[in-house]
Amino acid sequence: MRKGVLKRLSVLVLMVFVLGIAVGCGGGAQNAGDEDKGGEIKVGLNVELSGGVASYGTNCRDGAMLAIEEINAAGGVLGKQLNPIVRDCKSLADEAMSVSAALVDEGIVAQIGPLVSGNVQGSTPVMMDNGIPLIAPAATAPNVTVDEKTGETLNSIFRVCFIDPFQGTLMAEFAADNLGAKTAAIYKDASTDYGKGLAEYFKKTFEAKGGTIVAEEGFVKDDRDFKAALTRIRGKNPDFIYVPGYYQEVAPLVKQARELGITAPMGGGDGWDSPDMVSVATAPNLNNTYFTNHYSSQDKDPKIVAFVEAYKAKYNKEPDAFAALGYDAVQLLAQAIKDANSAEPAAITEALAKIKDFEGITGKMTIDEQHNPVKAGVIIEFKDGNQVMNTRIQP
Amino acid sequence: MATGEALLQLPFTVNKGEVAIMLEFVQQLVNGLSLGAIYALIALGYTMVYGIIMLINFAHGDIMMVGAFVGFYSITLLGTNIVMAMIFAMIACAVLGVVIEKVAYRPLRGSTRIAALITAIGMSLFLEYMTIFLLGPQQKVFPHSAFPLKEYNAMGLLITNKDIFIIVSAVVLMIILQYIIKMTKTGKAMRAVSVDREAAVLMGISVDKTISITFAIGSALAAAAGVMVGVYYNTINPLMGIIPGLKAFVAAVLGGIGIVPGAMVGGFVMGILETFVSGYGSSLYRDAVAFGVLILILLIKPTGLFGKDTGEKV
Amino acid sequence: MQESKHKWIRFCGEVLILVALFTAVQYAITAGLLNMYYQINLTSMCINIILAVSLNLINGFTGQLSLGHAGFMAVGAYSAVIMTQFLGQPFAIGIIAACVAAAIAGFIIGVPTLRLKGDYLAIATLAFGEIIRVVLMNIDYVNGPAGVVGISKLTTWPVLYWSMIITILVVVNLINSSYGRAIVSVREDEVAAELMGINTTRYKVIAFVIGAMFAGLAGALYAHFFYIIKPETFNFLKSFDILVMVVLGGLGSTTGAIIAAIFITALTAALQSFPAIRMILYALILIIVMIYRPQGLMGNKEFSRETFNRIWGGRK
Repeated sequence: MRKGVLKRLSVLVLMVFVLGIAVGCGGGAQNAGDEDKGGEIKVGLNVELSGGVASYGTNCRDGAMLAIEEINAAGGVLGKQLNPIVRDCKSLADEAMSVSAALVDEGIVAQIGPLVSGNVQGSTPVMMDNGIPLIAPAATAPNVTVDEKTGETLNSIFRVCFIDPFQGTLMAEFAADNLGAKTAAIYKDASTDYGKGLAEYFKKTFEAKGGTIVAEEGFVKDDRDFKAALTRIRGKNPDFIYVPGYYQEVAPLVKQARELGITAPMGGGDGWDSPDMVSVATAPNLNNTYFTNHYSSQDKDPKIVAFVEAYKAKYNKEPDAFAALGYDAVQLLAQAIKDANSAEPAAITEALAKIKDFEGITGKMTIDEQHNPVKAGVIIEFKDGNQVMNTRIQP
Repeated sequence: MATGEALLQLPFTVNKGEVAIMLEFVQQLVNGLSLGAIYALIALGYTMVYGIIMLINFAHGDIMMVGAFVGFYSITLLGTNIVMAMIFAMIACAVLGVVIEKVAYRPLRGSTRIAALITAIGMSLFLEYMTIFLLGPQQKVFPHSAFPLKEYNAMGLLITNKDIFIIVSAVVLMIILQYIIKMTKTGKAMRAVSVDREAAVLMGISVDKTISITFAIGSALAAAAGVMVGVYYNTINPLMGIIPGLKAFVAAVLGGIGIVPGAMVGGFVMGILETFVSGYGSSLYRDAVAFGVLILILLIKPTGLFGKDTGEKV
Repeated sequence: MQESKHKWIRFCGEVLILVALFTAVQYAITAGLLNMYYQINLTSMCINIILAVSLNLINGFTGQLSLGHAGFMAVGAYSAVIMTQFLGQPFAIGIIAACVAAAIAGFIIGVPTLRLKGDYLAIATLAFGEIIRVVLMNIDYVNGPAGVVGISKLTTWPVLYWSMIITILVVVNLINSSYGRAIVSVREDEVAAELMGINTTRYKVIAFVIGAMFAGLAGALYAHFFYIIKPETFNFLKSFDILVMVVLGGLGSTTGAIIAAIFITALTAALQSFPAIRMILYALILIIVMIYRPQGLMGNKEFSRETFNRIWGGRK
């Protein structure tokens, strides 16, 4: 017993010691945060720079940084420069929470990110408790901005992207009306809520339109071999194949489907938007495939052309939807600060909720009472390796 | 499009029913064989290393990843063809394997197997995150021009030249390996060290050299598998080695770890099993089934399908 | 008599320090001296201590390398959440359910796999951990891959702190009991222990079940602090994280595990902006510690007042 007691004592002493160091180190950071450096506005970027969805976070950060650079070059907002603080949440929900707390500590007025719904939800309690607005660039799960239990809108959480039900419904309507599909197969990413959500709403709408779902298959993240399930789908001979998932899996999936001789049109959601789609799946294989998206980098709209050029000049790569949404999230924030004529978090939150007809790269948006943007979605078709806008659908 | 569709669907519309089911079955088998060939090549390295130093080389899957990246840069930067890329990757990874063994595993040869396993886990993480640090986390796209696709349609059965390439080169590499192990002096030394290290030393065999050669060969095979993955699935990323690495390990255990032919058979069995689970069951449970097989084998016959039971030496 | 009185005074002093530390932090929280960032890191720290101490019981003291600790944490987290969020039970019931469910899972997994030796066991536990995750992903009742969102924040400082203290106390006292000596003998030489009439499987299973139980406790605390849980959170990288702490601290040293848990948590927080470097550092820690100090920083030594005395050259 005696030995045990001694051990505990020393442990506790050590804990206090280390805690002291940690507090000491962090304290320094906090002091730096309290100083107001002659009118700058701190914006936190809490994004996934490592882990499973690192590429979304990286591209989103690049888009956001471009926007901040442009705003600062044009004199900033309310005469103040935007000062971005970029932190990595490692694609983990608990890290997202810790990062948010650190950012809040450094005196940010708003946070952009994280990208994935689950990580935004990790960050949510911190933002809510501190009353600091969070703008999610690409979190499409319906329950990101709404408390499921009470049905109430989460005060501080906003987003600039449309939500999963919208995408699934859009594609189902397109498949039934424009492509004349009577039967469809679903091959979804079953390891993400994203894939499951899109599939659910696609199924609902497609069946409501009188179509039949002849097969429903699932794959999981990091899968690279889809031939087994595709062979089975091939046997069912559907008119349309819906593949809600992310490009890492979808690109080889489409390719393998075509290699197996499946010629039916295929479709998916914004997770399809990546230059890698063409380089992996190849242009001929992608013909007759469609996906719903926030915007198209091939769009001839002068605003988009300018954005794409600026982005390419800075990063030497094509901006995907995450980059565009990151860019829009920052621009939306700047707009809200201007509207509020204040860089106080509470005022910004209020202004964000009242945004109307904001012209973003990803379309004109109006924030509704559930803090979702009401905005158009586009259906993009791959034609010989180029993304061609097929239709723009205003809800 | 319409004519193409009609042509391709011909076997199904004409021979609906049983023929179509058979055809699907054979198609799944072909898919499984290609996947299995990749697993088998990785499993070989696991098995050889385990046979000789009783270490589960956790980093083996990541050596495969490095091989894929070397192959990628050899094609994109040096403009080599696929065979040269594979040879470059194999040489680079053979060197890497030897270095890893020298730096990380050799100092631990006297310590517990757990210590060695933890080091191997550390080495695995190191390779993964060093690659991320140097090259970024994004996936890289293997150029299509390196291996233009050709399809062969035999009575509705689709076989691509990639399937053929992977299966043929895997078999060729395995034959070479068998030759090395059975016919050469080095192979004899490897077998001797794995049976009884002390006795091998007494017979004048350099244990260090033999272990280095084993690592070199095992890593080279993994590198070949890495380039194949690149060709077959077109994308590579720094974390691509984890899952195939684990699956190949299951394959090695299935065949009896330490037994070279066992790893080959285990690899093919795993590939076919996985394909059938996704094809006829649900892909969602595929990983669970793979790990379930591992646990079953470990519990029922830990020495694997081809292993002989040898009681624990005290 | 004198000796026992001495013991009593020391014991009371101990309790006093424990309570004082608790009160100090509690005061700091209520007075707003400890902002959210530190509260989060403090919580992570305490949860990591529970995880490291419990894994150390399995890996360090019993010498059975388990790589499935995150799986038990997941079982605990989900059981507790089902109790509190779905069935409307109080948190205490949730915590008990978490411990019981994780212990049962530990028993079910432990009995067959603990027959396996060393690295085989490691792989089998890794496989089981992954199977738990895959199964959770396919259960729609707990929303599959999306996980459970909006978990009420019930992990308060008192719950957290005393859970941690209980974990440490149980493990330390277990090790110092006759059970503990049997457990350690399994690590030192399984065959010899068997010859001495020790039922090695039984002791391995006991250690495994207790370790799993506390991992479940950690899971329950985690879920009720971090608002959202999903199967992905509990993948094998999480198990590796815990392993790094145990290895760094010393396989078979409770104080070592605690110090390492604190150090790694602080390091993780400090390296927030350099993610790739953090993982490279973890990897290097594993490799270098194993090569140069395979027994870990503390070995199987405990950090105690004797150590202080030695360091400060105090009384002999």
